[in-house]
Amino acid sequence: MKNKIIISILIQIIIASAVYSSESNCLNCHSDFEDENGASQMITKDIHWQKGLGCEGCHGGDPELDDMDEVREVKGYQGIPDTKDIPAFCASCHADATYMHEHNPSLPTDQLDKYKTSVHGIQLLKEGDTKVANCISCHTVHQINSAELPHSSTHPQNIPGTCGKCHDDADYMKEYGIDTNILSDYTVSVHGYALLEKGDLGAPACNDCHGNHGAAPPGVSSLAAVCGTCHAIEAELFNDSPHKQAFEENDIPMCETCHSNHKILHPKDEWIGSKEPSLCIECHSLDDGTIGLETADAIAATLEKLIHAHSEAETTLSEAKEKGMMTTEEEFLLKEVEQSLIQTRTRLHSFNKDSVEPKAVVGIEKANLVRTNSAALIDEFYFRRIGLGIATLFITLLCIGLYLKIRNSEKEKS
Amino acid sequence: MNNTDSPLMKWFDTRFKINALIEYMSNKSVPTHSHSSFYYLGGISLFLFIIQVVTGILLLMYYRPGADSAYESVQFIISNVSFGWLIRAIHSWSANLMIFFVFLHMFTVYFTKAYRKPRELTWITGMGLFVLALSFGFSGYLLPWNELAYFATRVGTGMAGAIPLIGDDIMTIMRGGEEVTGATIGRFFGLHVAILPGLFTLLLSLHLIFVQRQGMSEPVAWSAKPEHKKKYMKFFPSFILRDLLVWMVVLNVIAILAVFFPDGIGVVHWPLGEKADLFSPPPAVIRPEWYFMFAFQALKMLPAHVWFMEGELFGILLFTIGGVIWMIVPFIDKDAGQNKRSKAFTYFGCFVLAFILFMTVYGYLVE
Repeated sequence: MKNKIIISILIQIIIASAVYSSESNCLNCHSDFEDENGASQMITKDIHWQKGLGCEGCHGGDPELDDMDEVREVKGYQGIPDTKDIPAFCASCHADATYMHEHNPSLPTDQLDKYKTSVHGIQLLKEGDTKVANCISCHTVHQINSAELPHSSTHPQNIPGTCGKCHDDADYMKEYGIDTNILSDYTVSVHGYALLEKGDLGAPACNDCHGNHGAAPPGVSSLAAVCGTCHAIEAELFNDSPHKQAFEENDIPMCETCHSNHKILHPKDEWIGSKEPSLCIECHSLDDGTIGLETADAIAATLEKLIHAHSEAETTLSEAKEKGMMTTEEEFLLKEVEQSLIQTRTRLHSFNKDSVEPKAVVGIEKANLVRTNSAALIDEFYFRRIGLGIATLFITLLCIGLYLKIRNSEKEKS
Repeated sequence: MNNTDSPLMKWFDTRFKINALIEYMSNKSVPTHSHSSFYYLGGISLFLFIIQVVTGILLLMYYRPGADSAYESVQFIISNVSFGWLIRAIHSWSANLMIFFVFLHMFTVYFTKAYRKPRELTWITGMGLFVLALSFGFSGYLLPWNELAYFATRVGTGMAGAIPLIGDDIMTIMRGGEEVTGATIGRFFGLHVAILPGLFTLLLSLHLIFVQRQGMSEPVAWSAKPEHKKKYMKFFPSFILRDLLVWMVVLNVIAILAVFFPDGIGVVHWPLGEKADLFSPPPAVIRPEWYFMFAFQALKMLPAHVWFMEGELFGILLFTIGGVIWMIVPFIDKDAGQNKRSKAFTYFGCFVLAFILFMTVYGYLVE
């Protein structure tokens, strides 16, 4: 029995040392001549390595061999693939649905197909342009991580920087004739602010509009569809508006014309109307034969009325609050006014005053109610003060009367 | 014409012998000395209790006990009922002031040894009223069913669970179940508006009868003075008028506090806040009412185990022993019973007062 235990322990030690040597032989040699940025140093942080995929999983060869020359002679050894072969190199696993299902069933397996349709893929695979992005340009070589991890190059907050590595480099992008202010434009945009400053991971990064593996600039016709993925109501209103046909006929990009593409700033109410800084006047004029500016003025006036009503309601309410009055109902109602304001601004995309007005009217009525109720609360505040004054005066007079009565009775006594 | 000669008084006198009562009260006198102002503290507490009853009845007309209605009804009282905010503010302010004056009354009675023979039962009934006043505060705190009240009540009732053998049963009875729920509001509501007022009225009646029959207590040093050096004032009308004057001043103060600070101020604060949510995490600071802070802080500071028992249980046991000693002090302070100074009991009172003050202040500072 004792011998069996000893033999069992010895066998386990032998197996363990064999496994250890098989896992470490590649690193044993590579770590000798690679610096800290070398593959052997970084690979341990890679998701593939952490999931048990060793060097041989991608590069072939035999990790149990300790002679590099012998490793290269093993059948299936791939070493470092050529740039143009990298997509297929990664796809040997990632496009294999059966294999991926065993390791990460939630990961799609159409990356290569999509890549082939992307500008990057077409340039690399058809034109042989090795400067364009391939898998490792975005995912790194040996530090590939899940996009959910904050330090991953494909984490939503890191994506602008990842794309910007090339797209923000004027020298690198010179031969493609693409604007290289994209990253700085995006950073100051509402989307960039939400994602990078506020940390709102729901805000769109580059890939949300352009796609990731199938990255391509949206065409004029598909732009509304791209923006409409999130801004569905605005897109629907726009598609029903007279602008839809006019934009299509003149080959004008839909959302981008007013909102820009990467530098999408917070929209201003002054953008609609017939005077500076209105955006309407960039296409319309008073004598252009349309009712464009007339409609824009009508919408602007309606919006202005609602904004004014909201502002007055807000001011009166905050005064009532400052005076310590109970304003819960009014605050709730003001939220509804703010909701009406959002809805009215959204309905601007119909470019139809009859569509905008009903929402604004509801908001104005509620705002007036908030103002009236808040004003009543302020009156109530002064009424309380006056009431307190009268009550205090009455009680004080009573106190004085009692005091005099006490004094008189004591005088009489003495 | 003398008041007693009026037809109305005659009408009453023939039926109720009211002149005999007036005669009795006219002959009553109140000692006049440097601590005479202490005599008004009991009257102030009584006046604040009357305000409590009146405003409590008014609140009762709109308050609806229950997990789905308590918070909403208090919100309705504050925002929709005419002067509802004022009634709630006066109710809350007078409740806090009543407990403050009850504390003050109790300690002045203690330090002037007014509990000594023959007023042992006056002290006992007074102590009973003190405990009932605190119970009023504890049961009333939960009734708005807001977040802070819910968690404070959970902690408060949970402490009862530390009592060995019967603790869990007491906690279950208080809560109306395992947890603080809508059933607890029903219990606390019944306690607050029916059981406690009934008991309080009974004890208060006894307390007042004792005070009226025995008169005001004289301080030990004052009672040793020769009779010609003692000064008195007539209970009726001199003392009653002064009492009334003090009540009017208190009423004025409450009116000002209620209008300027309807939700209280500082540590005496009762904003309605958020509705109690049984599934939400407790707020960062769970604090009891200011008059429970000393006990809360002392229990918090105790180690997990003292000797062979749990720290919390040890604390409750200590408070119970302290409370019993405090209650039977007229029977154990023999010196005071013989009109002698009893320094040991004065020091004990100083210790209790210092302990309460220190723990209360410390409790708020460590927050």
